[in-house]
Amino acid sequence: MPVAAAPRTPHAPDPEDVPQRRLYRSADGRMLGGVARGLAGHLGLPVIWVRLAFLGMFMFGDGLGVLLYAAFWVFVPLGQGGKTGHHSFFETLADGTRRVRKPDKGAVSGLIALAVGAGIFFSQLRFGGENGRYIWPTLLVGAGVVLVWRQADNARRAHWSAADDRQKRLFQAGRALAGVVLVGVGLTVFIVVRGSAAQLGNLLTAVLAVLVGIALLAGPWLIRMTQDLSEERLMRIRAQERAEVAAHVHDSVLHTLTLIQRNAEDVGEVRRLARAQERELRNWLYKPEGTGKDEAEEPATLAEAVKKTAADVEDHHGVPIEVVVVGDCPLDEKLGAQIQAAREAMVNAAKYGGEGPVQVYAEVEGQTVFVSVRDRGPGFDMEAVPDDRMGVRESIIGRMQRNGGTAMLRSAPDGGTVVELEMERAAKTA
Amino acid sequence: MTEDNATTDGAGRRVRVVLVDDHRMFRTGVQAEIGETARTGVEVVGEAADVDQAVTVITATRPEVVLLDVHLPGGGGVEVLRRCAPLMAAAENPVRFLALSVSDAAEDVIGVIRGGARGYVTKTITGTDLVDSVFRVQDGDAVFSPRLAGFVLDAFASTDAPPVDEDLDRLTQREREVLRLIARGYAYKEIAKQLFISVKTVESHVSAVLRKLQLSNRHELTRWATARRLV
Repeated sequence: MPVAAAPRTPHAPDPEDVPQRRLYRSADGRMLGGVARGLAGHLGLPVIWVRLAFLGMFMFGDGLGVLLYAAFWVFVPLGQGGKTGHHSFFETLADGTRRVRKPDKGAVSGLIALAVGAGIFFSQLRFGGENGRYIWPTLLVGAGVVLVWRQADNARRAHWSAADDRQKRLFQAGRALAGVVLVGVGLTVFIVVRGSAAQLGNLLTAVLAVLVGIALLAGPWLIRMTQDLSEERLMRIRAQERAEVAAHVHDSVLHTLTLIQRNAEDVGEVRRLARAQERELRNWLYKPEGTGKDEAEEPATLAEAVKKTAADVEDHHGVPIEVVVVGDCPLDEKLGAQIQAAREAMVNAAKYGGEGPVQVYAEVEGQTVFVSVRDRGPGFDMEAVPDDRMGVRESIIGRMQRNGGTAMLRSAPDGGTVVELEMERAAKTA
Repeated sequence: MTEDNATTDGAGRRVRVVLVDDHRMFRTGVQAEIGETARTGVEVVGEAADVDQAVTVITATRPEVVLLDVHLPGGGGVEVLRRCAPLMAAAENPVRFLALSVSDAAEDVIGVIRGGARGYVTKTITGTDLVDSVFRVQDGDAVFSPRLAGFVLDAFASTDAPPVDEDLDRLTQREREVLRLIARGYAYKEIAKQLFISVKTVESHVSAVLRKLQLSNRHELTRWATARRLV
């Protein structure tokens, strides 16, 4: 048995934590079940050797090769081992044209060997003889079984690969059907050849009765088992999720609570810590899956950028900022400038806007992006600001105008300050 | 109908409120903020910590307003709303619900609004604003927090939808404007001043939005929620 000869890993691993090197059938670049490629990958041999060995056993070992192959196929799980092969007969060249892929040497020699083997196989059979009447049905049944088994493989493969398109699914269903038909035809031929056609009806009834009986006996048990299995899987997923939450809570919330206890006298610092933690937890809890719960990288869309900017300012100046974003769009250079201007406005609001929360509202409507920043502070008189104070004029108004947008600033004494920034998005970024 | 001054400061008015929240600390806090009947006019007549308790207490006390937490043991605020539906629909002294939650996740917000809550405010709200909201809800008006207004705008913003039942599925220009100002953090009074309309008109716009949210727009909201993987 080749499996027994599998090389040991040199540094005697602890079976508990080091994943064992296991034998898988290869999902990539396989010809039938991926057994040969998987074995080759496992043993570190060229695929063609393994294939030839199987072929040899098949031809001269009274079908031992077939049995061995079938056994491997059934018992070895499909995995990703061996080398990646080509999936398509076509390849795309650098200039974009498609052409038939040049067959690689291994495939050609494999095909030749297969043809030779098939020739020998068929020449050894005496089709007319007593044996011959069983050969064809057997071949048919064998082909059908192979088709259906490959089908089962593909179903499992779909777990790894992306969802298949409709056409592919149809093709697969067709293949499964073809397999079933082949098996059915083969069996029928068996029956017809063995007995007379007259007994067919009786036989079918008997088979049907047995099948129904089995279904009745095993059905409930099977159903319960599937239910148990899916329930168990659900529990496992839940447990995993809980562990993830627990890990997160441990890491950051406990850390923050410690910091808060230590800085209890420093009201500002406690507030800042609590707010930062709240934001992080919210983000983690309510953000949809797969949108980067770590948010370490630079924001790519307006909504993210606005939220991140607000979070930064909030952390820095210790004033709560409430953000509402309607719609979203990718960031471009002009919007980047708008975000910068909005940040200035937020900083101003945080510094001079008093205790109350600063409210930031961003909206994308068609090609227009609107951002408003408002506080409920004492407000100020724009005219009264000395000419040398450039903050508002340059960082907000000037910046917006240079980038082709508009900025409006409204402030009433005792009525708070509102900064409204409007910018046209750049034409479709293709 | 109520007098004008009543809607804003509640002077001389009394409103009976039931508090539903599974955190005792929070209930105590809200009690302390708003429960001084003499000052605010709000009388807390009952408290509940889970769905069953809530339904029992609400049925027994028949308050005017229920402050309802969204996350509750036993099925959540939506379940309370479902089981109290007859009380909400009652012709005389209907019970009105104001969702008060720490969560501002879109699915929570949209869920309780569609369940029949008359408004949604987050727990960061100040005591004064909360009292104001309670009175407003008692009057049958809707109360939107800026974030909720943002969600609604977002939900109705998609303009490529097929025009099904035009007047129900679409927000009018004015309603959109009002919502936008709410989302920007303006109080109803400020909105009224800015749009040169009365506070009552603002409130009726907001109520209209709420009605549209509850009655119609099923497919659009579903699509919106699906796109965000909320359902």
